[in-house]
Amino acid sequence: MDFVTLIQVLDSTVRMATPLLLACLAGLFSERAGIFDIGLEGKMLAAAFFSAAVAAITGNVWLGLLAGVGASLLLSGLHGLASITFRGNQLISGVAINFLAAGMTVLIAQDWFEQGGRTPSLTGPGRFPPITLPFAESLAGVPVLGPVYSELISGHPVLVYVAFLAVPASWWILFRTRFGLRLRAVGENPAAVDTAGVSVVALRYGAVAICGLLCGIAGAYLATALQAGFVKDMTAGRGFIALAALIFAKWRPWHAMWACLLFGFLQAVALRYQNIDVGGFTIPVQAMDALPYVLTVLILAGFVGRAIPPRAGGEPYVKER
Amino acid sequence: MTFMKSVIGAAGALALTAAAALAEPALIFDLGGKFDKSFNEAAFRGAKRWSDETGNSFLEIELQSEAQREQALRRFAEAGANPVITMGFAMADPLTSVAPDYPDTKFVVIDVSWLDVPNIRQVAFAEHEGSYLVGMLAAMASKTGTVGFIGGMDVPLIRHFGCGYAQGAKAVNPDIKIVANMTGTTPAAWNDPVKGSELTKAQISQGADVIYAAAGGTGVGVLQTAADEGILSIGVDSNQNHLHPGKVLTSMLKRVDVAVYDAMKAGENVETGVFTLGLAENGVGYALDENNEALITDEMKAAVEEARQKIIDGEIKVVSYYENDSCPVLSF
Repeated sequence: MDFVTLIQVLDSTVRMATPLLLACLAGLFSERAGIFDIGLEGKMLAAAFFSAAVAAITGNVWLGLLAGVGASLLLSGLHGLASITFRGNQLISGVAINFLAAGMTVLIAQDWFEQGGRTPSLTGPGRFPPITLPFAESLAGVPVLGPVYSELISGHPVLVYVAFLAVPASWWILFRTRFGLRLRAVGENPAAVDTAGVSVVALRYGAVAICGLLCGIAGAYLATALQAGFVKDMTAGRGFIALAALIFAKWRPWHAMWACLLFGFLQAVALRYQNIDVGGFTIPVQAMDALPYVLTVLILAGFVGRAIPPRAGGEPYVKER
Repeated sequence: MTFMKSVIGAAGALALTAAAALAEPALIFDLGGKFDKSFNEAAFRGAKRWSDETGNSFLEIELQSEAQREQALRRFAEAGANPVITMGFAMADPLTSVAPDYPDTKFVVIDVSWLDVPNIRQVAFAEHEGSYLVGMLAAMASKTGTVGFIGGMDVPLIRHFGCGYAQGAKAVNPDIKIVANMTGTTPAAWNDPVKGSELTKAQISQGADVIYAAAGGTGVGVLQTAADEGILSIGVDSNQNHLHPGKVLTSMLKRVDVAVYDAMKAGENVETGVFTLGLAENGVGYALDENNEALITDEMKAAVEEARQKIIDGEIKVVSYYENDSCPVLSF
């Protein structure tokens, strides 16, 4: 693999990893607060649809993003209502959200646009354009660092930078603020938090809302930056891969980023190496396609040591009477 | 239980009487979906044209999973629909098991030509001939000397497209480099624009500046990315030139709409057997309209028209992938 190819594969990695990373951080906040969320997929899908739909109608991608985040927050609220207020089973609520999103998006799309469950193609200001960072053009000639900066780091839509900035931000919020400390505590021992006079319910709703916000951005990225419109089931299981990445990263923000980049890299390699011989030996397409899944299973099976979830995860909090 | 039986019996009888009176044609769309802007949408357009002209209605279903194929066939056959029109090679096996059970119903299948059941009309297209022509156009339009091909699911039919395309490109420029990728090996490969888009970027980075997408809904992503990146793309099945005016070089037309229209028009008396529609029958071709007229020069048009005539006359022989399950000029 020469240097140019490497840059291209890494560039593709960044594109593939971004939605995973946003969804993974979304899950991180929710699960750190003790709310398991397998509805990441559904929230992303709903956000993808509403961002594309509103962007198509108004021609403004920012309004689209707002609508996508709104839709995702609404589903998050539903999840919160079911699992925090009514103390329902969090897994069931998550599954319900996935089904709801898969069905509703296509139904509404068909009703609004009558194009078989997709939105019209977005053009011009209806999409997030790639951003060229300062000096990208002039630095392109510099050996090694030039291409890395101008090809790999520069030239992505704004949401990619948001996603990668969300990593240190998440770390700071979770590990350096009072809110973060309480949020983590509520996922480990909600009774202690309650004894200290802090509202468990409010904290958990806060975490679920952050989860909705991040999922909304992830969905909007898929539909309005990576693609130019919504297509049914376009999240294609990315919410679940994000969950796998979250477990792989043992619920830590920086590790989550590396896990998502690894999974993104595997996908990028599978796409790129379909038709390239490696030293006279051709790897079949099928093997390459399966590689991300095989590695996920291998990694989850034992190469990360024990992954211990937040202790109070999955359990609704009942105040002692 | 007895009550249930009589209810079901009554419902069945009702369905049968209703069917006998109507005998509407039925159309089964494949997994790509009715509005894939490509193969299935072409069928829908043909059906709609028939329905607009005659004022009659037709039954339809969009398949959502593999398991529904046989179920949908039986349901329409039981309901008395005639003919039952199905889309795509994946219907071959379900038809083989269902069609003999309903000898009075005529079945029509597009893209299948190898079944031995008397009540099936099998319509195949000479896609390699149409692809040959767009391959010539691609090679003439390419400045880098590299053209791309992105297929949907990796099946012989799609290799058949790619093989004709490669032969056409090589006929214009024997040194041309052809980059070919398949989106996947499962039916999901027909509806994955994100992957289509990544494959397009990968091919562009390998030098391709004209990319032919034979990939159903995945092709939407290919055409989009090609337009974004400023290279040319080639659509498939339906005329996709209008999706990105001035950025889609041409589309390989496969007149599925005509095949469906003809079958519906013939109704219950539709002729069964194997029919192959090629360049001579105008079953395949390339699209030229106001969206791409600036891209196709007079020389390009003249060269393609000449090749078209030669293929019809038998002077140029486009090798079919099916002949020996391999392509002389392209390995997948």
